[in-house]
Amino acid sequence: MMASSYNAKEEDGHHPGASNNGGPGVVKSKKPDNTAFKQQRLPAWQPILTAGTVLPAFFVIGLIFIPIGIGLYVTSNNIKEYEIDYTGADPGDECYNCSQNFTWNSTTPCVCSVPFTLTQPFESNVFMYYGLSNFYQNHRRYVKSRDDSQLNGDSSALMNPSKECEPYRTSGAQPIAPCGAIANSLFNDTLELYYIDSNGTSNAVPLVKKGIAWWTDKHVKFRNPGGNDNLTIAFQGTSKPVNWRKPVFEMDTDPENNGFINEDFIVWMRTAALPTFRKLYRIIQKKSSSTPTLASGNYVLNITYNYPVRSFDGRKRMILSTISWMGGKNPFLGIAYITVGSICFFLGVVLLIIHHKYDTRNNSADIPG
Amino acid sequence: MVLCNVLFPDCTCMGEEIWLDSRTVYIGHKEPPPGAEAYIPQRYPDNRIVSSKYTSWNFIPKNLFEQFRRIANFYFLAIFLVQLIIDTPTSPVTSGLPLFFVITVTAIKQGYEDWLRHKADCSINECPVDVVQQGKVVRTQSHKLRVGDIVMVREDETFPCDLILLSSSRHDGTCYVTTASLDGESSHKTYYAVQDTVAFRTEREVDSLHATIECEQPQPDLYKFVGRINIYKDREEPLARPLGAENLLLRGATLKNTQHIYAVAVYTGMETKMALNYQSKSQKRSAVENSFNLRLKDTVLTASVKNHLLSNSTSLVCLPFLLQVIRAFTDFLAFMVLFNYIIPVSMYVTVEMQKFLGSYFITWDEEMFDEELGEGALVNTSDLNEELGQVEYVFTDKTGTLTENNMEFIECCVDGNVYIPHAICNGQILSAASSIDMIDSSPGGYRREHEDLFFRALCLCHTVQVKEEETVDGIKRGIHQGRPTSFYISSSPDEVALVEGMKRLGYTYLRLKDNYMEILNKDDEIERFELLHVLNFDSVRRRMSVIVRSSSGECLLFCKGADSSIFPRVVSGKVEQVKARVEQNAVEGLRTLCVAYRRLSESEYKEARRHLNEAQLALQDREQRLAQAYDTIEKDFVLLGATAVEDRLQEKAADTIESLHKAGMKVWVLTGDKMETAAATCYASKLFRRSTQILELTKKRTEEQSLHDVLFELSRTVLRQRSISGLSVDCLDFGLIIDGATLSAILKSKQEGAGPGNYREIFLEIGRNCSAVLCCRMAPLQKAQIVKLIKASKEHPITLAIGDGANDVSMILEAHVGIGIMGKEGRQAARNSDYAIPKFKHLKKMLLVHGHYYYIRIAELVQYFFYKNVCFIFPQFLYQFFCGFSQQPLYDTAYLTLYNISFTSLPILLYSLVEQHITTERLKRDPSLYKDIAKNSLLRWPVFIYWTCLGVFDAVVFFFGAYFLFDNTTFTSNGQMFGNWTFGTLVFTVLVFTVTLKLALDTHHWTWINHFVIWGSLLFYVIFSLLWGGIIWPFLNYQRMYYVFMQMLSSGPAWLSIILLITVSLLPDVIKKVLCRAVCPTATERAQSTRPCLTVEPSTIFMLSQSSSRMSF
Repeated sequence: MMASSYNAKEEDGHHPGASNNGGPGVVKSKKPDNTAFKQQRLPAWQPILTAGTVLPAFFVIGLIFIPIGIGLYVTSNNIKEYEIDYTGADPGDECYNCSQNFTWNSTTPCVCSVPFTLTQPFESNVFMYYGLSNFYQNHRRYVKSRDDSQLNGDSSALMNPSKECEPYRTSGAQPIAPCGAIANSLFNDTLELYYIDSNGTSNAVPLVKKGIAWWTDKHVKFRNPGGNDNLTIAFQGTSKPVNWRKPVFEMDTDPENNGFINEDFIVWMRTAALPTFRKLYRIIQKKSSSTPTLASGNYVLNITYNYPVRSFDGRKRMILSTISWMGGKNPFLGIAYITVGSICFFLGVVLLIIHHKYDTRNNSADIPG
Repeated sequence: MVLCNVLFPDCTCMGEEIWLDSRTVYIGHKEPPPGAEAYIPQRYPDNRIVSSKYTSWNFIPKNLFEQFRRIANFYFLAIFLVQLIIDTPTSPVTSGLPLFFVITVTAIKQGYEDWLRHKADCSINECPVDVVQQGKVVRTQSHKLRVGDIVMVREDETFPCDLILLSSSRHDGTCYVTTASLDGESSHKTYYAVQDTVAFRTEREVDSLHATIECEQPQPDLYKFVGRINIYKDREEPLARPLGAENLLLRGATLKNTQHIYAVAVYTGMETKMALNYQSKSQKRSAVENSFNLRLKDTVLTASVKNHLLSNSTSLVCLPFLLQVIRAFTDFLAFMVLFNYIIPVSMYVTVEMQKFLGSYFITWDEEMFDEELGEGALVNTSDLNEELGQVEYVFTDKTGTLTENNMEFIECCVDGNVYIPHAICNGQILSAASSIDMIDSSPGGYRREHEDLFFRALCLCHTVQVKEEETVDGIKRGIHQGRPTSFYISSSPDEVALVEGMKRLGYTYLRLKDNYMEILNKDDEIERFELLHVLNFDSVRRRMSVIVRSSSGECLLFCKGADSSIFPRVVSGKVEQVKARVEQNAVEGLRTLCVAYRRLSESEYKEARRHLNEAQLALQDREQRLAQAYDTIEKDFVLLGATAVEDRLQEKAADTIESLHKAGMKVWVLTGDKMETAAATCYASKLFRRSTQILELTKKRTEEQSLHDVLFELSRTVLRQRSISGLSVDCLDFGLIIDGATLSAILKSKQEGAGPGNYREIFLEIGRNCSAVLCCRMAPLQKAQIVKLIKASKEHPITLAIGDGANDVSMILEAHVGIGIMGKEGRQAARNSDYAIPKFKHLKKMLLVHGHYYYIRIAELVQYFFYKNVCFIFPQFLYQFFCGFSQQPLYDTAYLTLYNISFTSLPILLYSLVEQHITTERLKRDPSLYKDIAKNSLLRWPVFIYWTCLGVFDAVVFFFGAYFLFDNTTFTSNGQMFGNWTFGTLVFTVLVFTVTLKLALDTHHWTWINHFVIWGSLLFYVIFSLLWGGIIWPFLNYQRMYYVFMQMLSSGPAWLSIILLITVSLLPDVIKKVLCRAVCPTATERAQSTRPCLTVEPSTIFMLSQSSSRMSF
């Protein structure tokens, strides 16, 4: 008995942790594993943010950001943009009458013309936008008022649109196609652009309506029910949206641009982020390298005024803009880059001073102690 | 009555008062003979144990109810219901899914645990039990046991219910039991059968036993039992015998070293003491958690105010009033839904997971593993991990905590003559003792007699058992002697040390046999003493006695106990000499006991026996009656001498205490020991230094002056010193010594109303200004009172109590953090603690390293969660100003839902598990770093405001950055326009990157795990977005995200603005970090900066410092 007990102790000494003299039930050792993870000893990189380490980063950021900023700013400044407001809110405006006399069920469209002058020629492709202000396309109840399945050509959704479309879901007994508030409020002004040449004759500027919507939207997300052939039959049994004059299958004569895949419609269906927004309307393509797309001179914008904005104090605009690689005219990004770059550079200098001042002090304090 | 009715609804005997708190058990279900009390069958539950909480049919409702009782779950449920009922911006799925997930996971976990419990219950309830029926042993299932059944238990079997021992295979009617599974004490305890039933040794005999047991109704105290057995023999007057805890075999304990026993069931099933003890203790909440709950409330409040302002601005004027009110209310609810993400469900989940998983690092810690014990640290509550980093007061027990509780007999003194056992006569001890008179070789008759009595007293007056078995399980406590098969086992290590010391001095206690104690004396003769009574030790009396009859027929009472409890009862003996020696020993840090005896004449003995028997037979107030009886018997002592036992300091105890001091913690020692011993330990453990000025607040002093004067004088001293020393408080420290009597006087003063000054406050003031406080002569409850007192003081400091014994349990439960040491005094402290460690020295790593880490981790976790959700929700709030306050969500539903669940959850979780801002070694070497996080410094309002401001700033940057980019222009090269979802996605992309990189900036410890989760999360976000927008999802009724992410990435300016916005968002935090570190670095930051230098040679450090201005770090 004695001997065995001593042996047990010696064994304990030789193999630490291999066995323990706990109760008889203890079979396996409770000793924790000696792994780096369990002992919290994983190899680690231990960076510290000090003035010394951050300094170079600040200078580098400054040196990179400032040139980018300047580049962006110059690019943005080279972009030409022309904007006219054709709302007709004031009595002197060309479209004042149209905006005042608007009725929902008038059969004769009201047309007005706004002349304007481009002082500089617009080179390369020109993009024609319409802009709306104070139009909350991002209102929650508006944003959700659509049925993507219906727009994707789903035949059951066509006949039985989603509840989200209420109150623009059915008209009488018939389902509305396309249903919902977004579709119902489709922008339906027609804009035409005429160039008045030196001898006073007006030449229509050719406006291309292809390529204004996202490719994926036009080809994947939006589809006509039953393919593109004979939309009249496909849409049989549906009703047009309340505010529309024509049913959806009469949007365009071109079958590739008719029904749900009408690009104007698709553009409208992509709800804008902010209450003041613009949407791409037409593209004026560059014809030849010798002449500018839009020469400087006088122009007339002919508007078929169908879209009422007076009830919500909205404004309507037409914008002509050239585009660079970074999009339209927007000085913000360039200015922001220059500012941030300069701040970083300045901070780099400040930190350099601090680094020198405090670091030497700290070191001299640390080492003797 | 009411309670009784509830417990036994069918009981018809309620009218009699006696049944209220006692029960009668008919052994073997036999009716008592006629003429005795009427046979009243009582109903008891069967022996089925039900530890499971749920049954299969009530699981779902009951579990759901339990879960939704948590305020957080209920809040999220409310949000979810609001989303279901009214028309809200986000679908109910966004909040329903995470909630559902959390609830399901919890339910599955609890269900699984309950299933395990069911299984365990089942196996316990069906395990076979031997019952004696009609004189035969019948095997039946455990749950069929009834009260009154006679059970046979064999060796190594576990008792199926609470049993009264009737007889055992041993002739003396004893049996050995370990209660390891009940209270963790693996030592063998002896249980006794009533002498009158010992003879019933076979099934047949036992079955013929005719007796009833009256005992109290079940109560949870494991160590208390009061009962009486009435044995009927041949129509005589029944024989009544007292039953105590020593007769009661508890369910869960195991029979050892005894072939078999017969016993009768008294408590069954859920009424057994084990089942009654099953209830879990109340949960402690950490202060950090409280502070963040508070912050939650604030956030909810501000969010709702925000909502209200917004919803008012949207309410339409033209609507009728009532409609307007309803509209405003639903708008309010809708906003609430939109902003509820600021308090995500995932935060609760992450915090819980962090705590649960994080606590494994404590149990895994190899440095906290004790080879000797074979155990590492244990975590019983993971809720308090971060509290370990906030401790301001440490209350520690002395014996077994600071000291080893490994007793060694040093010396004894009889009438002033010192005896030292030869075995430890090494030079040091000898020289210390030799200055005093050594053993006198020529004893006179009187001295000789006292010496004999003294050694016999120590050999007889104890409850030590002798272990003779070949195989001994459990902890071996005995030290081996010439005879290879004897061990001494006792619940008190002092007694073992004393008996062993006696052995070395020539008197060997052999065994207790048939009530005779046998001693082998110096001359190798066996002396036999009949053991008449044992007056057990208790902590109130602080002494124990035995009454024996010597072979010459003389009745002797031997008593040993603390000096304070013996001296007042001594009538003769060399009190002065012994007292001097005792005091001297105490100063040296030895534990002293005094030994006295009393000769009892036959009439005195009879008187004493009568007192004892009366008290023992009493059914009510037995404890009190026994105490009275003891008091009358233990008097008129003749002092024999004193013993000294050394209790060595635990390894590295001094180092640990010093570290705790340096870390700014105040260490209070609370002990039941006497002042001199305790003070010596304090000096040895460097709690008191030579420079420490000791202030005494003891009974001795308050006897001279009034308590009032002493208190005021002390407080003046302390405060004066403080005002003089001013800033350098450290250079002058005070140590306070207070004893139990004075403490109770101070605490009592409050109850008498406001006297001439609130003593409690003054005492606290003194205590606060002392670096170390020693409270001696403390009763267990007083320990808890002190902790409570400090806890309730006006700064509400975080307290930690550490102890190893049952007497520390109250203090461990009272303190914010209770730490138990898996010591020799059983496992009670460890079981009741929040954390259990093998040794006191492990406290250092526990607090300085683990506590520190947990605190900074949880602090970052909580702050970061608020930050990232402010960043997340504030753009949403800003967007409302641009969407007509229509509650339009800025982000897509998938992003709203997954932001907290998958895009940003893992990095912070892993950060909060593995972050080490400073290395472990550094934290251990430099305890003062602990001060940097004291007083919840990382979760204070300034820090919180900083994080909130940073969040708001970042949110403004994200939102307006995107706003100006979108401002009425296009940023694609084909002139096409982007919509609101692209806007949201841009903001969201910047958000996810910024928030993740911000965490990357805060990470000081980049292991591969951090790299993996941080870069992995970003990658996951990108891949998810590509996938989410890449397909027309057939099951969704909207396709708003189709190609949005890809279109955005195809635009150059989007890339440029993402980079710009991330840079701008991170810039302020980087600058703040760099400036703070450069201008006014904290100790922690200094430690971080000097870290690289520590690994190189000193000379290199010097060289580096010379050239460091350019190339350092």
